[in-house]
Formats: sequence, C-alpha cells, structure tokens
Amino acid sequence: MSDLNNIFKQTIKVINIGIPSFAQDLTQQGIMNVHVDWRPPAGGNRKIQALLEKVNQWQEKVRAARGKK
Amino acid sequence: MVIKHLIKKQTYFDSVTLMLIGSKIKKLDGIDNAVVGMCTDYNIDSLKRLEMYQSEFDGLTPNDLLICIKADNDEKAVAAIAEVEKQLSSRRGAPGSATELAPSTQEEAANRLPDSNMVLISVPGEYASREAEKALNAGRHVMLFSDNVSIDQELKLKTLGEQKGLLVMGPDCGTAIINNVPLAFANAVRRGKIGLVAASGTGLQEVTSTIHRLGAGITQAIGVGGRDLSEKIGGKMTIMATKALANDPETKVIVLISKPPADSVLEKVFDEFKSINKAIVVYFIGADPKIIEKRGFVTATNLEDAAVKAVELAGGEHPEPEFSDSLIKSLASEKRLPAKAMRGLYSGGTLCDEAQRILQPIIGELSSNTPVKGCVKMPDIYKSSGHCIIDLGDDDFTRGKAHPMIDPGYRSERMIQEIADPQTGLILFDVVLGYGSHPDMATEMVNSIRTGRQKSGRTPIMAACICGTQQDPQNYERQKAILEEAEIAVFPTNVAMVKFAAACLERK
Repeated sequence: MSDLNNIFKQTIKVINIGIPSFAQDLTQQGIMNVHVDWRPPAGGNRKIQALLEKVNQWQEKVRAARGKK
Repeated sequence: MVIKHLIKKQTYFDSVTLMLIGSKIKKLDGIDNAVVGMCTDYNIDSLKRLEMYQSEFDGLTPNDLLICIKADNDEKAVAAIAEVEKQLSSRRGAPGSATELAPSTQEEAANRLPDSNMVLISVPGEYASREAEKALNAGRHVMLFSDNVSIDQELKLKTLGEQKGLLVMGPDCGTAIINNVPLAFANAVRRGKIGLVAASGTGLQEVTSTIHRLGAGITQAIGVGGRDLSEKIGGKMTIMATKALANDPETKVIVLISKPPADSVLEKVFDEFKSINKAIVVYFIGADPKIIEKRGFVTATNLEDAAVKAVELAGGEHPEPEFSDSLIKSLASEKRLPAKAMRGLYSGGTLCDEAQRILQPIIGELSSNTPVKGCVKMPDIYKSSGHCIIDLGDDDFTRGKAHPMIDPGYRSERMIQEIADPQTGLILFDVVLGYGSHPDMATEMVNSIRTGRQKSGRTPIMAACICGTQQDPQNYERQKAILEEAEIAVFPTNVAMVKFAAACLERK
C-alpha cells in the first residue's frame, strides 16, 4: 500500500461535500467534480440520527459477514 | 432601533456561505447588526448576548435557518432580510451553480462520478467522520477540511486509511495539492520535483508558493492535520504519505513541516524514514535543529529556508532568497517609525507563529493571543499594548464568523483601530492568495488602511507579505501593485517581512 493505491498516477476526480465554493474552484480549473447538496441527516433530529447510525452499523456488519465489504 | 427576523424551518446552508452573507448585510446603510445562521447553540447564545433574541426562537433546531436584523427602522430591516433571501437563492440551485440539481448524498454523487477517487469534506465536525468513513470504505481518499472531529474519530479513520492504503488528510486540513489539483485553500503551483507533507495549512501554502516563485515546482503537497504527529495518532499519515513520496519516481526531494512531534512519535517517524533514499528537508517549527541534524536529515530554520533548501536539493543550484538581508536592511533604513510599538495582524496561524519565533529574541517583550515560548499572552485580545502579533484566524476571533482569509471584516476594523493607536509605529500583515481565499484581499486591506489614516491622521509604517504565485486567481503581481500604490512595503515571504520589522525596530 506504499503507493497509496496509485493515486499519484490517476486523474483526480472529486466528490465535494459541504462548502460549495470548493467545488466551484475545481469546476473553474476544469477538474471533474460533483458537489453534494448536503444537509444534516434526519432533518437534524438527533434521536433519528442515532437510530440511522445503528442501522448503518448493522448493515456494515452484514456486508462484512457476506464478504462484500 | 428595531429587530426583525425571518425563520426558514428545515433549510440548510453551510456556515461559510451564511457568515459571508451576514458580513455583507452588516455593512449596509442603517443596519446595526445581522445574524444569518443555522440555529446552533452558538448562534442562539450570540443572539442573546447581542440582545436580539425573540421568544419566537424558542424550540428552533440546528436544522432551521434564521435571519435576524437590528436596524434603524422597519424599512431598512425588511430590505436587509429581502437582500439575504436574494443572496441565498442565488447560491442554491442557480443555473451553473455547484448546487444545481446536486445530489444530496455521497452515494448519489458516486453514481454520477463512478471513478471519483477523492472526497473533500467540509460539513460540521459531528457529521464529518461518518462521511469520511463512507468514502474510505468505498475506496476513496479523503481530505477532511472539517474541524471539531474528536481525536478518537481521527484515529479510527486513519487506522482505516492505513489498512486500505488511502489518504486521510485532516481533520482540520485546509490545504492540499494532489496531482496538480489544489484542494480547499491552496495555490496554483507549477509541477516539479519536490513532494511535501505538512501538518500546517498556511505553512504548506507559504513553502509551496515560495518554491514556485524560486522557479521550481512540486509533485504533491499532502496535508495531514495538526494532530497527526501526536502520541495518539502516532504520525500514521505523515509516515504513509512520506513513504508514498519516497516510492514516487517523480519526487526527488521530500519536505516535512510540522510542530515538533511527541517524543515517542519522533523516534518512530525517524526510524521509518531511515530507509528512504531521498533527501528529506525537515522543519519542526520551534524544535532544536540538532535533533534533526544528528539523524542525518536536512534541517530548515523557517518556512522560507525550507523552500530554499528543497529547491537547492532538487536542482543542484543554491537559489538566493527573493529578498537578501542587505536589501531588507536598506529598505528598513529608509523608514522612520512614528512610534515605538509593532503590531502584526495575521490571517495565517503558522505565519503568526513564525513571526513571533523570529522577533521575540530580537525585540524582547512580545505579546500574542497565541503566544509561543518566550512570548506573553495578551490580557485583552481586542486591545493591543506594546509589541503584539495577533492570529486573527484563531478560534477566539472566528467563532460564528468566517475566517479572515475569506472575510476581511474584523481584520479591517482592527487595522483602523491599530493605525489610530498612538503607540503604533509599524504594522505587519499577511495576504494569503490562492483558491478558497478572498478574491481581492489587497484592495480590502488598502481600503481599511486609507480609512484608518484619514480618520486618525496617523501614518505608521505598513508592511505586507504575500503568500501566493503569479498563477493564483488573484495574481501575485496585481495584488503587490495594489499594496505598493498605497505605500505599503511588500515582501514575498513572511520571513523577509519579519526581518524588515526587526531591522526597523532595532534601529529605533
């Protein structure tokens, strides 16, 4: 892994999550990117977020057990 | 005075967008104050402190947007709210904007760009590590701009990154350049032979820009976040990134910039580097250079020196710093300070740190809001006394406000205040260019300096350093010309500006 999955030889393509101007800067330079119009999950409701987190963790465990991770 | 507000429930905008809009609204005629933000605990506390809190705000959540205006009259307040709404609508969903029909999750974004290999994350810290983990599990490298990510979360992410051979740059990582692509706050730097790993954003900007102006270039500039060399994280990303640069055939010289590591980490890092068959320039800010030299690495004494040494090792010729010591002394000899005290108004934290380390041994008593060893903590960070060097990007000044690299607001006010202070004889400031930064900071600073001079009738000596390149969107030469026209001495590096300050003060 000492070549960081060959990243230095790849074309950088970016997913930007958060501040839109970072994506706009990339677009201006012709760098391929997709901006995520991110909002807090579950409408910011902490209780539902905690439940969603548990579901996510459970899904990850299932994926790992199936060897599909 | 009237207070008007507008609540937009379940409407989210990022804090930088909202803070910049709020800052513009405050400047409008007849507006006393404006809070434009999500209803976080901090914003609600601010409204109470500013005596703008209304009973209708009870029960609002961080997912609700609030616009609250204190103005001379109803008409001005209503107009200001309308202006905020106009600005918000222009930022969301406008044709050609980044948010036009934008996906709302990382998974949807990955469907649109299936071979994406980098995720740049700048959401609030409490949500950031989840997004980073998703990215790593999908095999993408991460740049984590967000702060307020716990060190336990950082360890978890970096352990995962290490297992998968993926970069985790951050948290609180402001600068990176990967394969010539500037990410977040970074400069347009030419391609070359020098690879950099740094735990400091402005430190990385200063060294990469200086390398460019000296005629050389870089392969990669990898930010690792300020805590990477702490005992808990153990230098995981520093080691991984440095080894990757060691294996990269295009990289001939490696530069490492960080605060001094924890003792146990220092040994580990140097052990890992022993087998690397390339020159490594190490600048551990404030550390004794002997600990680096005795292990056979090249040591740098400051950010400019790190750039000069790296360029020399990469090209075989010794470049001179852009401003020689004799030129700096001759520039200082032309200046007569109208009073004894020096004030530094910095937007770059590492540049503020560097200025203190160079100046304190020369001028003696020196205060700061972020004092380094030998300097004194300012009793009141909003009022200078004697020699002061201030980091205006520190949390104390930026809570609920945009960073001074993108919003000149408070620095402009402070500039006017410092010019008017009869103690002030010399003012230093930095202008950090590049992607992410303000589009024309030189003009903003010049406007506040002219206002300060006119209001007070005082003309302290002004000096600025520009961190940037000719290829930056703001253009180094254009920014330099704007500053020089206002009779500000302009230096290419912080070190050169600070040496000029020392020469002025020693002569006084």
